[in-house]
Amino acid sequence: MKNAITDALIITKRQLLQLARVPEVLIFSTIQPVMFVLLFRFVFGGSISTGQPGGYVQLLMPGIFVQTVAFTLAATASGLAEDMKKGLIDRFRSLPIARSALVVGRTLGDSLLNILVLVVMAAAGFAVGWRPTASVLSVFSAFVFLLLFGYALSWTGIYAGLAVKDARTVQNVSFLITFPMTFLSNAFAPTTGMPKALQYVAEWNPVSTMVAACRQLFGLENQFGATANSFPSQHPLTTSIFYMVLIMVIFVPLSVRKYKNSSN
Amino acid sequence: MKTVIAEHLVKTYRDGEVKALDDLSLDVEEGTVLSVLGPNGAGKTTTVRILATLLKPDSGNASVAGIDVIKHPDKVRELIGLSGQYAAVDETLTGWDNLVMFGRLYHLGKAASIKRAEDLLERFSLTESARRPIKTYSGGMRRRLDLAASLIVQPKVLFLDEPTTGLDPRGRQEMWGVIEELVKGGVTLLLTTQYLEEADQLADEIAVIDHGKVIARGTSDALKSQVGGERLEVIVDAAHIAPTTAIIEKISGQKANLDEALRKISAPVSTGSLALMDVLRALDEAKIHPLDIALKRPSLDDVFMSLTGHVAEEEVKA
Repeated sequence: MKNAITDALIITKRQLLQLARVPEVLIFSTIQPVMFVLLFRFVFGGSISTGQPGGYVQLLMPGIFVQTVAFTLAATASGLAEDMKKGLIDRFRSLPIARSALVVGRTLGDSLLNILVLVVMAAAGFAVGWRPTASVLSVFSAFVFLLLFGYALSWTGIYAGLAVKDARTVQNVSFLITFPMTFLSNAFAPTTGMPKALQYVAEWNPVSTMVAACRQLFGLENQFGATANSFPSQHPLTTSIFYMVLIMVIFVPLSVRKYKNSSN
Repeated sequence: MKTVIAEHLVKTYRDGEVKALDDLSLDVEEGTVLSVLGPNGAGKTTTVRILATLLKPDSGNASVAGIDVIKHPDKVRELIGLSGQYAAVDETLTGWDNLVMFGRLYHLGKAASIKRAEDLLERFSLTESARRPIKTYSGGMRRRLDLAASLIVQPKVLFLDEPTTGLDPRGRQEMWGVIEELVKGGVTLLLTTQYLEEADQLADEIAVIDHGKVIARGTSDALKSQVGGERLEVIVDAAHIAPTTAIIEKISGQKANLDEALRKISAPVSTGSLALMDVLRALDEAKIHPLDIALKRPSLDDVFMSLTGHVAEEEVKA
C-alpha cells in the first residue's frame, strides 16, 4: 500500500517535471481560461442583464471555474493516449510497481495543475471585479469542490485515453463532449432564456449543478427556470456530490480494468 | 539451466480470428543469447510480451528464472528488463529525468536512483546529452537510453524486441556494440529481430519463427548447414552462359542454377576454394573471362528464405 502511494506520487512528479521542461503547456493552459474571463466579462458582460449586485462577473466566475476544470479532462485523455502509443504504458506495466500507480498518479497531477490554473483565474477574476461575498471558509470550500469535480472528471479522461489510444482523436472527442456540456448550462447565461425543453437538460446538467453550488458557496442567488422546484435546483451541492460519486463509481473500475487489459 | 521457458503458447486476437501464436515453445539457457528471428507478424512481439508479463496467453506455460509468469507476474517483473520496438521513454523529459524516475519506480531510493542514472548515462555515452529532452535525441541515442532504462536493476533476463529496427547502419552498429557488452556481463538475453545479420552477429542460438510457430532452431552454423554448404557463383557474358554452365556442373557434380537476368550461374560445391580454382582454370582454358566469381557461404537470408518459403525458387534450392 505504501509503495502504491509512493509509486503514484513518482508518476505525479513526472507530470510536474513535464510542465517544468515544457512550460509552454502551462502557459497556454492558464492563458485560455484567463482569456475567457476577459472576453466574457468585457464582450458579453455588458449585454447580459443580471440584476446581480457587482455585475455579470459575479455569475461568470463560478461558470468559468467549472468549465476550466471540465476542459482539463481532454489533456488527461490525450496525455494517456500518447503514453499508450509511445509504448510508455508497456514499460510502466513491466515494472514491479502498483498497477494503480500510473492512473492514480496522473489524476493527482491533473488536480495539482487545476489548483494552479484556478489560482491564476481567481486572480484574473479579482482584477476585473469579482468579489465573492461569502465567508473565507465558504469560498475555500467552493474551490475544494471544484478540485474534487475536476478529479472525478479526470477519470473519464483516463478511460477515454486508454480506450481511444490516439491523442489527437481523443482530444477532439473530449472537446466535442465538454464544449456543449459547459455551454448548455447556466455557466454563462441564465437558463431562463432557453426554450423550455432545453431548460430541463441544462439544469440537470452536472455542470449547472456544480456552477450553482459554487455560486451558493460564493454567496450568490441562483436563477432557475423550468426546474426551479426540483431537487438539483434546491440542493445543487448535494446533487453535484452525487454526480461526482457516480462518475467515480463508473469510471474508476472501468479505467483500472482497461489499464490492466490494455494490451490484451 | 533454462532461464526462460515458453511451452505451447497459444494466443489469438479478435476472438480467435488472428492466430498470433500457434503452439510456440522455446527456451533460453542461462547466460546465453537466443535470437527469435522472423518476419513482421510472425509472433515475435507477442512472445516477448507474454514472457515480460504484459500479455496473458490463451493457453500454454511460461516461466522466467523458474517463476511462472502467469501466476506470479509481480515477482517476474523484479527480475526482467524490457526494451520494446519503440523507445518507451518520456520524450518531454531529459535522459537524466527518465532514468531517475525509473530508478525511483524500482524503489531504489533517491540517492541510489541518481547514482544509477549517472552510471548508466556514462556507460551508454549519453552523459553529454543527459540534460537535454529526449525529443532532441537521435534514433540511436533514444534506443540506448531505452536500453539503459531496462537495465536499472541489473535484470537477470533481458528482453529486447527488435532493438535496432528503424536505426541507420551507424546506430545499429553502436547498438550491437552495447548489446555485446551486456552479454559479456552475463545477462540472459532474448532478442527478437527481422535482421538475419543481427541474429548472426549477436546470438548463441537462433529460433526461426513464422506464423506463430518455431520452424527451426539451432546455432547460426547449424542452420546454415541445414541449407547446404558453400555455393560457387559466376557471372559471365550472355554468349558464355552455356559453356560456363557445363564447366561448373562438371566440377560441382551437381546441376547448376541459372539466373538469366543477372547472367549468374551457381552451384553447390563441397571442396571450397579448390573448386573455385578449378573453375577459374577451366574458364581460362576455354578463354572465358568471368565478370564476377565468388564462393559464398549460405547467409541466414538463405536459411530463412528456404525455411519460410518467402522467396523466389532459384534461391531456395541449394
